[in-house]
Amino acid sequence: MKSKDSHHSHHEGQRLPSDPALQVLALESILVEKGLVDPKALDALIESYEHKIGPHNGAKVVARAWSDPAYKARLLADATAAIAELGFGGLQGEHMVAVENTPAVHNLVVCTLCSCYPYPILGLPPVWYKSAPYRSRAVIDPRGVLRELGLQLPEECEIRVWDSTAEVRYLVVPQRPSGTQSMTEEELAGLVTRDAMIGVALVQSPQAGGPP
Amino acid sequence: MNGVHDMGGMHGMGPVVPEPEEPVFHHRWEARAYALTRAMAAFGRWNIDASRHQRELIPPAEYLRMSYYEKWLTGLTELLLRNGFITPEELASGRAAADAAKGTPALPAEKVAAFIERGAPASRASASVPRFQPGQRVRARNVNSAGHTRLPRYVRGKPGVIDRVHGVFVFPDTNAHFQGESPQHVYSVRFEARDLWGEAHSAAGAVYVDLWDDYLDAADGLPISTGRSP
Repeated sequence: MKSKDSHHSHHEGQRLPSDPALQVLALESILVEKGLVDPKALDALIESYEHKIGPHNGAKVVARAWSDPAYKARLLADATAAIAELGFGGLQGEHMVAVENTPAVHNLVVCTLCSCYPYPILGLPPVWYKSAPYRSRAVIDPRGVLRELGLQLPEECEIRVWDSTAEVRYLVVPQRPSGTQSMTEEELAGLVTRDAMIGVALVQSPQAGGPP
Repeated sequence: MNGVHDMGGMHGMGPVVPEPEEPVFHHRWEARAYALTRAMAAFGRWNIDASRHQRELIPPAEYLRMSYYEKWLTGLTELLLRNGFITPEELASGRAAADAAKGTPALPAEKVAAFIERGAPASRASASVPRFQPGQRVRARNVNSAGHTRLPRYVRGKPGVIDRVHGVFVFPDTNAHFQGESPQHVYSVRFEARDLWGEAHSAAGAVYVDLWDDYLDAADGLPISTGRSP
């Protein structure tokens, strides 16, 4: 709403600046001035999610599950513990469940009520995941949503949608693509995408240039 | 509350539009808003359920108009005002009051890594026995709470089957309002698409929803649709 109150409202009294950039700047400077916030802590938080924590973590988990059947069994039985074996866990991944895609079952994760997402293995959620279209439609029209995102599943494939309404966070273990028998775990991890671990894409064979 | 945030099953929201090579944050202020929210939550004056509820209280038209981090910023600002971390005068002037007391950060930089690694588990140790077991039929209660709840409208009154027992967790409906944690079992409940959305949706499969004990009634003998049309 870039309307009449978007000018420098702080000169007029009690109104919030309607520009969020200005409002955040004001909040941060007040809180730092009052000794309540350490600006270096903000830098460290941002640095963590911009550069350290992201889908490359989840890709390692999936590649390990593809390469090591015992690990996959542990992952499906107790995902929190199995993911911790690779050093991942904590904030917004305290309670993990892994669900496996097969030719007969395709899993898809959503949070209809807000934006719950497994931070330690996927990082912060993309805008579309948090958007009204995805949140509203994933549960009532998952096939339509997947089609829109370029994924056409066979009619006989059952779609299971996981609505993250509690503090449990979900990881989709995608199907291992064909033509990857000789690949190392590290090479496999390079194939696994964020979208495949949310359940809105398949992992493509290395030969395939992309979706058909 | 029956707010606009409870979006499951709504129509008219438009297509899902992914952004190729999307950055983690689109603007620096989004990153600062995210980090400020975490840093101030570390004081423990509110909890995750209260902060979710604060965002749900944004009026519906505003909620739909705002970007994600605008909602976070709005929720954070309200919580800071209500808990006395800042005053309306400070917010208006962008400066701390001259006589403001000097505090100590709850989350100093050296504690950030441990904070992220530890997280904030919502499970609670409990010897209580779950009321339901996998395979058991249940019905989600038809409750229309004006406060915070994680029982989505689209499952209320619907029959489902317990898929798994997650363990004992803090109950958002009381915790969000500082009325205690009321720890109780959480179950993953499988709802057939046909039971949620009607015959025309029978090919869609099923939706699994994590529901607390207080959201559920036993429904032994209640008919549940089979997964697909005969």
